[in-house]
Amino acid sequence: MTDQNQNITPPTQGPTGWTSEAMQARIRRRYRTEKIFKLMGLGGLLTALATLCILLVTIFYTGTSGFQETRIKLDISLSENAFAGVAALDKAEREEALRKVNYSTLIRNSLLKTFPDVKKRREVFALMKLVSNGARDEIRQKIIADPSLIGKTISLDLLASSVVDIFFKGQISRDIPQSNRKISDQQIAWLDHLSADGRIIRQFNRSFFTSGDSREPEMAGILGAAMGSFLTLLVTLLIAFPIGVSSAIYLEEFAPKNRWTDLIEININNLAAVPSIIFGLLGLAIFLNVFNMPRSAPLVGGLTLALMTLPTIIIASRAAIRAVPPSIRQAAIGLGASPIQTVFHHVLPLSMPGILTGTIIGMAQALGETAPLLMIGMVAFIVDLPHGVMDAATALPVQIFLWADSPERGFMEKTSAAIIVLIVFLIMMNGLAIWLRQKFEKNW
Amino acid sequence: MMLDIVKADNPHGENELMPDNSPPRIQARNVNIFYGNNHAIKDISMDINTGEVTSLIGPSGCGKSTFLRSINRMNDTIVGCRMTGKITLDGQDIYDKKIDVVQLRARIGMVFQKPNPFPKSIYDNVAYGPRIHGLARDAAHLDEIVFTSLKKSGLWNEVKDRLDASGTSLSGGQQQRLCIARTIAINPEVILMDEPCSALDPIATAIIEELIEELKERFAIIIVTHSMQQAARISQKTAFFHLGELMEYGDTTEIFTNPKVEKTKDYITGRYG
Repeated sequence: MTDQNQNITPPTQGPTGWTSEAMQARIRRRYRTEKIFKLMGLGGLLTALATLCILLVTIFYTGTSGFQETRIKLDISLSENAFAGVAALDKAEREEALRKVNYSTLIRNSLLKTFPDVKKRREVFALMKLVSNGARDEIRQKIIADPSLIGKTISLDLLASSVVDIFFKGQISRDIPQSNRKISDQQIAWLDHLSADGRIIRQFNRSFFTSGDSREPEMAGILGAAMGSFLTLLVTLLIAFPIGVSSAIYLEEFAPKNRWTDLIEININNLAAVPSIIFGLLGLAIFLNVFNMPRSAPLVGGLTLALMTLPTIIIASRAAIRAVPPSIRQAAIGLGASPIQTVFHHVLPLSMPGILTGTIIGMAQALGETAPLLMIGMVAFIVDLPHGVMDAATALPVQIFLWADSPERGFMEKTSAAIIVLIVFLIMMNGLAIWLRQKFEKNW
Repeated sequence: MMLDIVKADNPHGENELMPDNSPPRIQARNVNIFYGNNHAIKDISMDINTGEVTSLIGPSGCGKSTFLRSINRMNDTIVGCRMTGKITLDGQDIYDKKIDVVQLRARIGMVFQKPNPFPKSIYDNVAYGPRIHGLARDAAHLDEIVFTSLKKSGLWNEVKDRLDASGTSLSGGQQQRLCIARTIAINPEVILMDEPCSALDPIATAIIEELIEELKERFAIIIVTHSMQQAARISQKTAFFHLGELMEYGDTTEIFTNPKVEKTKDYITGRYG
């Protein structure tokens, strides 16, 4: 070896010209490339941020007014005539009797008292349009809660109709001609009068968070859809988490490494990329047509979304399990722990933060998913709140889709408001994922 | 005194000092190990006794760690690893189908090259083995096992005030002694050590070597080492491996002063390897 080394002549090369002009040019070029690359990266980042900002600002700009509602303060006279004999009935019968009372008359009488000039039938009709249909329910609820009100005249803040609501929110301009707007000059005059009297009240829209869907934009709420989403996600979590984690454990810790497991791995990765509507079709074909499960039910929605989330959870869990150093497994096995003990005492606790993060991200994905739910009928108009996984329900993103599709102007801000709620949920879930990761992350 | 406690609680009742003429603890006969097509260990036969330290030396990749890992069947966990031949522990074939691998690994403890404490408290690290094997009668007994093991590994005085601290918060040498404490807490019959000092500084190494010196009274110890000086200092028997073959095996003093094979001589004098 050493003899050979002596025979090799060193390459003919003079001293490196570190200070030469060519070298300086090369260095300058290197710095320029670096600078351009940095600027490009920064540009991409800024574009992404700007897009996000524009999106959020638009949504919040239109959406925040959706959390407000307009009410009209009216003096409603609950005369004995209208409620003849109701006070004498017991509780159940009274509620039944109160259902039959014509509350529209009460509201009309009150409005006519405020505007004595209104006589014509068409004008009365236009006047009644100022108050929401839901106002009748509000009066009834008030009396059911306190029957002693019968015979008295009470001052109530009644829900204004959607047109009035968006007029006061400035979404209908006075400047456009009467024929082009939903609200007439006459109605605007009445509203101005009411406003001057201090009878127009704008307040926080609580019913948006406490009621289900409605045909009337001013009465529509997201609680029904939120409950539907919650029940659906619950089913998804209960199905996808145990199956996903146990599959990941089996594949990582126990499965022999052969062609079959390779095939399974490729298929799992492919499943993660399958368009979600395909999973909807699968749910439709299997859960509804083969197993005859109820249409529109969160149970079916949850099962379908579980199928969609499984690959995400399996892939994330496998990555988390693989990240546990083999030395920990060797230590446990070397102490005589069985493979199951090794997994449950050491590998699983150490990989839990990663598994949970993956699961929450999968759940957030499922929360925002619309397409598969359309296929299994969770796109129906459902007013009642779902109370179980078998009840008909819809989900938040589907509700957004439905409202965005509605012709009524009032649903526009509701759509944005619902999007804000969905975004808040998603941010909370992702925040939880980050918090879990930081809390349980161990270093070694 | 500490030793007495352990002796009384010995779950296997087999750790009394063996007389010198006792049969070898571990007998390997015609052991061949393959990784796929790679013939890693070639026809190795050797006997290992209790009460002494056996060093396995040789250049990197010569198969000493592979051989060590075949003694407690850690190689089973490696995909594509095959083994032929016979290894017996107290006359019992450890590759017999009837042998319970989990229990075998409890009887043959192992200390790894890189300290690998569990990311749990120091107490839980030591208590883990006794817990999964049900060696402790009650909480007080478990405390006692942890105390004894830490005491024997020379770690007690350093950690007695912070048994709740994470095992990974200790220094490298302390972590390795914690791993030794963890291994001796289940009272194995044989301890395998795979280059236990390679990641440690000379002071920590000296402490571990002292510890091995004490432990050899009660356990058969097999140690893989890259340090010839260490092999010479601590072991009674030395085996020199080369390219998967056992070149020479005998008393340490004999190997180092009067090697019979040319390769051994080259290796220990540093001319090769």
